[in-house]
Amino acid sequence: MKGTNLGEFEELVLLTIAALVNDAYSVAICDELTKSTGRSAKLGVVHAVLNRLEEKGLVKSKLGEATSTRGGKRKRYFTITNGGRAALIKSKELRDELWSKIPDLILKRI
Amino acid sequence: MKVPSRPTPPGWARRLLRWYCRPDLAEDLEGDLNEYFERNVILKGVRRSKLIYVLDVFKFCRPYTVRKPNFYDLLFQWIMINSYLKLSTRIILRNKLFSSINILGLGISMSVGLLLIGLLSDMNSYDKFHENHDRIYRVISTYKYLDEEESDFASTSLRTGKAIEESIAGIEKIATLYRGFAGDLKSGEKTVPLTGLWANESFFDVFTFAMISGDPSTALKNPFSIVLTEKSAKKLFGDAEPLGKIITHPGNQGNHEFTVTGVIKDVPLFSHMKFDMLASLSTRAITQKESKHEMRWDNIWDAYTYLLLPGNIDLKNLLANLNTISAKENQTIKNTTVKLSLQPLDEIALGKDLNNSIGPVMGSSNVWMIGVLSVIVIVSACFNYTNLSIARSLRRSREVGIRKVVGALRIHVLGQFVVEAVVIALLAVIFSFALLTLVKPHFLSLNDGYREMLKLDLSLEVIVYFILLAFAVGILSGLFPAIFFARVNTIQVLKNISTVRGFRNFTMRKVLIVAQFTISLMFIAATIIGYKHYKHVLAFDLGFDTENVLNIGLAGNKADHLIKELAEMPEVKSVSTSSIITSLGNYWGTNVKYINPQDSAFVNYNFIDEHYLPLHGHKLIAGRNFNSKGTDAVESEVIVNEKILYRFNIATQDPRKAIGEIVTVNGKKMEIIGVVKDFQFGKSIDKEIKEFMFRYSNSLNARYVNAKVLSNDWPATFAKIESAWKKIDDVHPLEATFYNEQIESSYRDFSSRIKVIGMLSFLAVCIATIGLLGMVVFTTETRLKEISIRKVLGANEGNLVVLLSKGFLASLAVAALVSLPATHFFFAKYVLDEYADGAPPALTEMLLGTAMVMFIAFIMIGSHTLHASRANPADVLKNE
Repeated sequence: MKGTNLGEFEELVLLTIAALVNDAYSVAICDELTKSTGRSAKLGVVHAVLNRLEEKGLVKSKLGEATSTRGGKRKRYFTITNGGRAALIKSKELRDELWSKIPDLILKRI
Repeated sequence: MKVPSRPTPPGWARRLLRWYCRPDLAEDLEGDLNEYFERNVILKGVRRSKLIYVLDVFKFCRPYTVRKPNFYDLLFQWIMINSYLKLSTRIILRNKLFSSINILGLGISMSVGLLLIGLLSDMNSYDKFHENHDRIYRVISTYKYLDEEESDFASTSLRTGKAIEESIAGIEKIATLYRGFAGDLKSGEKTVPLTGLWANESFFDVFTFAMISGDPSTALKNPFSIVLTEKSAKKLFGDAEPLGKIITHPGNQGNHEFTVTGVIKDVPLFSHMKFDMLASLSTRAITQKESKHEMRWDNIWDAYTYLLLPGNIDLKNLLANLNTISAKENQTIKNTTVKLSLQPLDEIALGKDLNNSIGPVMGSSNVWMIGVLSVIVIVSACFNYTNLSIARSLRRSREVGIRKVVGALRIHVLGQFVVEAVVIALLAVIFSFALLTLVKPHFLSLNDGYREMLKLDLSLEVIVYFILLAFAVGILSGLFPAIFFARVNTIQVLKNISTVRGFRNFTMRKVLIVAQFTISLMFIAATIIGYKHYKHVLAFDLGFDTENVLNIGLAGNKADHLIKELAEMPEVKSVSTSSIITSLGNYWGTNVKYINPQDSAFVNYNFIDEHYLPLHGHKLIAGRNFNSKGTDAVESEVIVNEKILYRFNIATQDPRKAIGEIVTVNGKKMEIIGVVKDFQFGKSIDKEIKEFMFRYSNSLNARYVNAKVLSNDWPATFAKIESAWKKIDDVHPLEATFYNEQIESSYRDFSSRIKVIGMLSFLAVCIATIGLLGMVVFTTETRLKEISIRKVLGANEGNLVVLLSKGFLASLAVAALVSLPATHFFFAKYVLDEYADGAPPALTEMLLGTAMVMFIAFIMIGSHTLHASRANPADVLKNE
């Protein structure tokens, strides 16, 4: 399966969902991404990624309550699943391991 | 609650999103877009944010958002068909009036559609029996003389085939035909009159006519060869073997003997060319050797050229080559240009109207007329269905509401109503089929031409088209009510039926009624105007007397025997002879010059004897009639009409002084001995009277005998004349017709057109009236309670009738106001304008027709509303 590895943007979105905890819906994720990365995240792209993450079983979603904003339409809130958590931890471990292999000397020279 | 002034995203984009997006994603996505929109309104303004919204809607159309076609739904629809059908039959049976009105109306209108389908399918099957029908093309000419208008001819010059053969490579075969091979063929004792064509040797390579005996590749090769159809061979030789037999054909320069080289199957009905026999074209090369006229480029009147092209030919290139040929050949003639173009064989029967067609043609304009009119009639019947269905909405919307509660989607309601309409249309098509079998013989007898050209037989293909027509009509008429009902708001319908105003679409229904009656009234007006014009044309004063004149075609016999026989009968007052019968669309003409040799005019003429002018009551303004002369006397005198004096300005246009002037007719000097008052020698619908002259010919050269007959017992007189004819000629049947009848039959096309329009207008009125009846019935039915209450409160019957019929009468009045001026304008401007001295559009008759329709409608409305208003209020009000 192609989907076991996380792409860079997928990882960012997943991290954002985890960071936003109970408030992670598409527009909020977009805003948060824009704020933290400094580059504008397009809603269409984020939507597609969320859809893909849900297909991979890394996040799950449910519809919230209707409010007067958004033309009365409900929000879809995303929460991270155990699989998603595992994928995040795995990718962090991979990086940590690689980081630890780098001798201090080389890093300092840069 | 939304504040009204708050900007909202464009509705159509939202609907588009909802339409394509998967239902589980749609809400969230729409919400996101809304949130962005609200944010953008503040940051970037309303217009920008609307644009962004629309762009986003399009951007979100991605594989993962797009709704997959729901096969379950389709499957359910299919399963539901059974239920739809069952329900439809129940509903049809329950509302007998509604169903019968619709079946009747649709049936009547569809019979016209069936007729059209039969007609088109017949016209379409023309010439398909030729093996290579899709590769055969006819060369047609466009003829232009000086500045006159261009006219298209199906015929070409005899030279065309040769020129193409010499200069264009890559054409498989060229068939050249020449018309006018006809006459009395003699074989031994037998004489049989036959008509046919001259054809060159490739005829059978291009066309597929099954040969019974003889060799198709050589049958038409040698001069004086003849190929007979089975029927004509039987006529000539009975059961004897015709091959190799000699047949004598009387030509202009003496008899020729032809050898029978082949016998073919009879020409199928669906062939655009019809013939009894074919003679080899190479014969003409011998018999017409001296004729300079034969091969001239501008002699395009009698020859036909057909090309058999290889499948892969470049038509554009071929056309360019044809243009080169005509450009080259046009230099050989003066004042005239002839352009060539191609017409596929498959398009001949239904193609554009051409002059000089080789056989009888329907003419696309005729087909178009019938087509357009029948579509109008069918649409009018569809209006009925739509109208009545919506009128019943009050009753049926509750049913729809319950269906929806039980779980029907919009598409299911839609399906139910469309299926209902299609079922009714299918029932109607059965009815209309029965109607068609009744109407068919009448239609075919409308015009003699139709019977020679059409079968209107059933084939599998035609039946499939009939059923398709029924489906189309059903869907067309059922779709609007279906959409209407699918939109019904479930809660409203079930909570309080009176809030669903069945009359919400009242305006639309009124418009439909008005449209229907406008159409019917226009049809009626057109019929009346056409009929009046027809009568006017027939009663047209031609300028001479045609009453009781019997014209007898001589069929090649000498006139003197017949004249002698006729003169002995007491009923025959006088007898004359002529070369043509004028005023029927027959023309003979030649060039005439006066003093100036450069100034020549084309003048029509008729060869007559000395009795012709008095018999026909022509008025001589000046001069005298012809004197009797011998057969071999040199022609030296003419009698001209006034127009010739104007044309050449002879003797300052004074008839008396013109006597004795000399004109040159076809190179011969002739003296004007008389001036006859102008008369219409063309068809009376021709624009104006032109130049004409009478030339003298002894009765021995005549082609017709004109006899003035007065009799009290026509059958006996006719029998006498017939027995006299038998003595002279026992081969040809007597061809004697009264002049007036001949004039009438020369307008046969015209009269059959009027009959078709008349028939259609009758149908249109029937349909509109039936529809109106249905509307009146349903309106009064739904207002029955109101009527009763009014009555209880003291309204009398008169008040109620006025109340109920007011709306309908207003609609009719509007229809009349729209249709009368429109028809009047249309006819005055486009149709009658083409005729000289056309009858003035018949305003009084049109008003009469309108009044008649109004009267019928009024009787219907009145009787029904009266019936409703007489109902006992107690009966109505007690069952609440």
